[in-house]
Amino acid sequence: MKVLVPVKRVIDYNVKARVKADGSGVDLDNVKMAMNPFDEIAVEEAVRLKEAGSVSEVVAVSCGVAACQETLRAALALGADRAVLVNTDVELQPLAVAKLLKALCDRELPSLVICGKQAIDDDSNQTGQMLAALLDCGQATFASKVKLEGGSAMVTREVDGGLETLSLELPAVITTDLRLNEPRYATLPNIMKAKKKPIDTLTPAELGVDVAPRLKTLKVVEPPTRQAGEIVPDIATLVSRLKNQAKVI
Amino acid sequence: MSILVIAEHDNRTLKGATLNTITAAAAIGADIHVLVAGSGCSAVAEAVSSINGVIRVLLADAPHLDALLAEDLAKLVTQLAGGYSHVLAPATAFGKNFLPRVAALLDVAQISDVVAVESANTFVRPIYAGNALATVSSDDPVKVLSVRATAFEGAVGGGGSAPITPITAPAGFARTRCVSRELATSERPELAGAKVIVSGGRGLGSKENYDAVLEPLADALGAALGASRAAVDAGFAPNDYQVGQTGKIVAPQLYVAVGISGAIQHLAGMKDSKVIVAINKDPEAPIFQVADYGVVGDLFTLVPELVSNLK
Ligand SMILES: Cc1cc2nc3c(=O)[nH]c(=O)nc-3n(C[C@H](O)[C@H](O)[C@H](O)COP(=O)(O)OP(=O)(O)OC[C@H]3O[C@@H](n4cnc5c(N)ncnc54)[C@H](O)[C@@H]3O)c2cc1C
Repeated sequence: MKVLVPVKRVIDYNVKARVKADGSGVDLDNVKMAMNPFDEIAVEEAVRLKEAGSVSEVVAVSCGVAACQETLRAALALGADRAVLVNTDVELQPLAVAKLLKALCDRELPSLVICGKQAIDDDSNQTGQMLAALLDCGQATFASKVKLEGGSAMVTREVDGGLETLSLELPAVITTDLRLNEPRYATLPNIMKAKKKPIDTLTPAELGVDVAPRLKTLKVVEPPTRQAGEIVPDIATLVSRLKNQAKVI
Repeated sequence: MSILVIAEHDNRTLKGATLNTITAAAAIGADIHVLVAGSGCSAVAEAVSSINGVIRVLLADAPHLDALLAEDLAKLVTQLAGGYSHVLAPATAFGKNFLPRVAALLDVAQISDVVAVESANTFVRPIYAGNALATVSSDDPVKVLSVRATAFEGAVGGGGSAPITPITAPAGFARTRCVSRELATSERPELAGAKVIVSGGRGLGSKENYDAVLEPLADALGAALGASRAAVDAGFAPNDYQVGQTGKIVAPQLYVAVGISGAIQHLAGMKDSKVIVAINKDPEAPIFQVADYGVVGDLFTLVPELVSNLK
């Protein structure tokens, strides 16, 4: 059984994004980039399923510029078997990515797609759900536990108020939450091995997908910043400030 | 131009974020319809019908909608969407789960986490953990928007009496089944809409400490409890207590951060609070850069002292 894992190249989560002076977007020149953390969790989960013997092949996919190959190499170093780059310089929005993944699923016929629940750059939280809709298959978002049994997946989801467990007939789409697993670090030998694993390259045109953006970004600005307040010497002063100055208690 | 808002509820009561979503809808246009889908949820429909600004309530009440699977709700909403210019849902775990499915079935973009309405086709949304605000416009025939509740006041109830129209839901999706739910009930206010929040981080050290130190403070303030990711990962608090970029977004009148360093991802979830208090032993902790009032010191002595001072 095959698992497809989409991975996105994003700003490193430790880096604070800066807005460009001309308001056209966020400045990514010379900024450290990395695999979206939720996608790392997705790769880890797929690799664990393979190690447990329930999955035979893990295919990593990235859509975007040529530099996404680095992200695919990172996925291969974590244990993915091979990778596909859907190469385009067009700004990809979630619907376009979902369509590219749908077209790829039609070729690869995976039993399971494991996506990150959200990318930490555009924070959209859409692609997995959109892909499930296009595939007309079941979905389990915000997964904190995945178990494969025969032709189905039992997935525990983080929902408001607690947890919910769904049983999904395969094929299905799962999106990962933070508690699903703790991704491993790639070892040096595995990084070396990853260099020899194959990366196929396709284009949106070869997949027959129109990826033109639907949303136009008119401007990007910095949010109003909060000013640091006062360090008070003791609790009595704090309580007095909250009562008399802030008037919130 | 009619607007469809999808209500979030538990078949008995309406969730507060729906009210904020209705206000966002009112900023777009006046003809607001609300869909209440579920099983045995007519009391929710009645509550919705009295909310000011709601013109009509659509009630899809069917046993197979009990768990309100994304597969089923998306199909229902997609069938209705042709009659609307906008489809809105709260950007909560509920809305995030099904709404992108609707957008994909309609072949339109979704605009997530809308914090301001500029016009009927132009909206503002935070990106990069709230470190940037993007103004985006859409020419799609139906605009699908998830709404960040903290950015809009809640619509008030009482005045309206919108008619309730029963509608039939399409057959259920047979390949997904809800097996079980473990939902905790709490006497405390709902985190997302709470006026006061006491939030704990890794500095608490254990679940026992989290409970023993923070509960008396939450009791004294009538507060909801929250947590950082580190505290949730370590099992100090349940997952739905997580405040932040990838957890809940909150904006209470008062947010008390205890033993939380103030990582970008945490700040993304609480920096719009009216007043922020930080208690941390590290004077360099980034949380102090956003706090209105900070106390530097050991939380295990400061928090009990705060509790006794409040009494
Ligand atoms: C993809 C991704 C998503 C994330 N999403 C979120 C999110 O939604 N929400 C979130 O919160 N985080 C999120 N994080 C994690 C975030 O980066 C931080 O790791 C996390 O917020 C740190 O939690 P913390 O402040 O409790 O722990 P720490 O950073 O370890 O801080 C603990 C603080 O406690 C203080 N302390 C310790 N002992 C005491 C004492 N006795 N008295 C007083 N103070 C004390 C310390 O000085 C320190 O400042 C995310 C990370 C990633 C990669």
